[in-house]
Amino acid sequence: MSNENKKWFSLNLNRSKKTDSCGCGNNSGSCSDQKEKDGYDQIMDVPMDRRAAFKKITAGFLIGAGAVNSSCSVISGDESKEKANIEWEEYFKGNYKLMTNEEKDKTVDRLTRSYELRTGKNLSMSSKDAEEDVLFGYAFNISKCQGYMDCVNACVEENNQDRATEMQYIRIHEMDEGKGFNFEESDDNYYHEVPADGHFYMGTQCFHCDNPPCVEVCPVQATWKEKDGIVVIDYDWCIGCRYCMAACPYDGRRFNWKTPEVPEKEVNKKQHYLGNRLRKKGVMEKCTFCIQRSREGQNPACVEACPTGSRTFGNLLDPKSNIRWILDNKKVFRLKEDLGTEPKFWYYMD
Amino acid sequence: MKTLKVFRSLVKDAMLEVTHGNRAYHIWMAVLSFIMLFGMYNYSIQLDEGLSATGMTDRVSWGLYISNFTFLVGVAAAAVMLVLPAYVLKNVDFKQAVLIGEGLAVAALLMCLAFVVADMGGPARLWHMIPGIGVFNFPNSMLAWDVIVLNGYLFINITIPLYILMMRYQGKTPNPKVYIPGVFLSVFWAVGIHMVTAFLYQGLQARPFWNNALLGPRFLASAFAAGPALIIIVLAIIRKFTSFKVPDTTIKKISMIVTVAAQINLIMLISELFKEFYAPTHHSISAVYLFFGLNGKTALLPWIWTSISLNVIATIALTFHKIRNNLKILYVLCGMLFVAIWIEKGFGLIVPGFIPGPWGKIAEYTPTFVEISVTLGIWAMGAFIFTILAKTGIAVELGQRVYKKK
Ligand code: SF4
Repeated sequence: MSNENKKWFSLNLNRSKKTDSCGCGNNSGSCSDQKEKDGYDQIMDVPMDRRAAFKKITAGFLIGAGAVNSSCSVISGDESKEKANIEWEEYFKGNYKLMTNEEKDKTVDRLTRSYELRTGKNLSMSSKDAEEDVLFGYAFNISKCQGYMDCVNACVEENNQDRATEMQYIRIHEMDEGKGFNFEESDDNYYHEVPADGHFYMGTQCFHCDNPPCVEVCPVQATWKEKDGIVVIDYDWCIGCRYCMAACPYDGRRFNWKTPEVPEKEVNKKQHYLGNRLRKKGVMEKCTFCIQRSREGQNPACVEACPTGSRTFGNLLDPKSNIRWILDNKKVFRLKEDLGTEPKFWYYMD
Repeated sequence: MKTLKVFRSLVKDAMLEVTHGNRAYHIWMAVLSFIMLFGMYNYSIQLDEGLSATGMTDRVSWGLYISNFTFLVGVAAAAVMLVLPAYVLKNVDFKQAVLIGEGLAVAALLMCLAFVVADMGGPARLWHMIPGIGVFNFPNSMLAWDVIVLNGYLFINITIPLYILMMRYQGKTPNPKVYIPGVFLSVFWAVGIHMVTAFLYQGLQARPFWNNALLGPRFLASAFAAGPALIIIVLAIIRKFTSFKVPDTTIKKISMIVTVAAQINLIMLISELFKEFYAPTHHSISAVYLFFGLNGKTALLPWIWTSISLNVIATIALTFHKIRNNLKILYVLCGMLFVAIWIEKGFGLIVPGFIPGPWGKIAEYTPTFVEISVTLGIWAMGAFIFTILAKTGIAVELGQRVYKKK
């Protein structure tokens, strides 16, 4: 976004602002609207071809070793053959960010089909791109939050998080009144009736920074900032090095230390490739502002679930949105602003 | 074509060399193989269950593996710093040390790479990192830099000694014009790998404990103490068990390097402690945790205080020529220093970076049995590789294995 559009204070850290608003630094894949290829695009296309060659070579080796019996043999059933084929194609697919629309459709088809083969159930998966003139932001009213944690539960259900380890994207910090924002002494793991006397509550999650440190450090560009400001992860491209986790100053990222478990009945079947689709072990995940909802014009699950109305979500570029009204009329602040990360997540009090 | 033939013969001779030895040698290799196999078995458990088989969590997301990785990068870098005086200054004393040093560098680097792979959540997807077929986030990601410099360094450190050995093997003298530029490159590169690895941590504004301009230089200083200390110990062992001659003066010269580096390292440690504890800020809290514990959580205290005492005692003792020149004591001091720095650059550096977490949560980290076994397995692998390299190298150097023209 250009600086005129920016409605919040930003630190001038002498960072040369990239002219394209997309954090990925290139114009291909999901970040591209132009049909024509520029030079960079053509270079970035090369890996796809090289990968095809790599795939063939690997296939050659494996066939030589007799390792792909299941996908080549005539005896095994059609379904297991198809399954093996899907796994094969999935293993060699590229980074989502660099995929053409056709490739995106193909991988989405494969993923839904593979779920069908495994469970017999259908799901719908979207690969919808960011819309023009949209930049998502979030505001949190500290005076209203009572610590009910409905947002946390809604988030877990909406985003198919691992139930076994109780993974949660949102943390609600219970703070002592009279001590100010003292995170060190706050409790983000309470099990008692709320609101507790003499306490106030504050939620944190991924802040979708405008200058996200996690994106910079990822060695394989498995995580990036979309055009509408959402920081996303390609779960199939992530190699699980957890460098981004070390780089996040807000504890916004979660890692799948084991294979995540979601009972089939509870799986949210309305999914997005970059959002709540099922993850595997050894990959990073985090809040995506419920990309499967927000890109369809809905509010994220946490906003919807909050009984007190502490949470506001909206388009920062739309002057008539609620979030803009809050930024314009309330005394808002953000956490750890000195780090220059520019979160798109504001706090305020009534 | 001829080179290829010589190489093939060298490999064959090397095979012969490493499969023959006295009883102690065979026992040594058998023990290492056993530990390696045990580590591999435990790694298969980790592959199966995921990283939940380790003690790492969302709160402390790097542990024993990355600690060892960090430390070993230092060892690899320091080993090669001995190359410079030997080849360029024509300081004959160092020549033997160099061969050992480069072998050590190769072994340490392979261990580094093994530790990184062991730490990955999706090792099967590592091809995503290969430039050309994957996507490589260069130059933004320091990890991408690290992959490049480590592999480049490995390449340099394999080619130079290989060239020298090949020449010796054929009974020729290596041509300095060929290897001296490589030697220079490797020395700069050695500083590079260590600085880049330090930048990996130093560049994270999220972790004040690491976000510290002294980190890189301190890495270097501690590496130049720990690496040569290890070389001294290894040389002592080689001197004892083989007919390879290492004069006392070589060891004494190396001990000078160790001493100076250890002294500089201690000064930097004092500077760091002063900054953290004279006027403590919010950002000193990780250091408080490391040295004194926080809210009754004190898991790292025994480690860091062991490290500091060993470090201080060894450095002070090394400073006195009388003590240092007594080789028996020197070996002990080197061992102490090595352990001290292993703790300090490993556990003592990586774990407190995560404690307390970004919102002040104090969750401690204890490695699991699986994690420790894999770590031991990788160390055994390093020792195994080094033994093979050193044994072949020594045999060629001593002229026991020479190329026979047919
Ligand atoms: S864990 Fe995944 S997303 Fe995070 S830095 Fe590593 S590869 Fe990138």
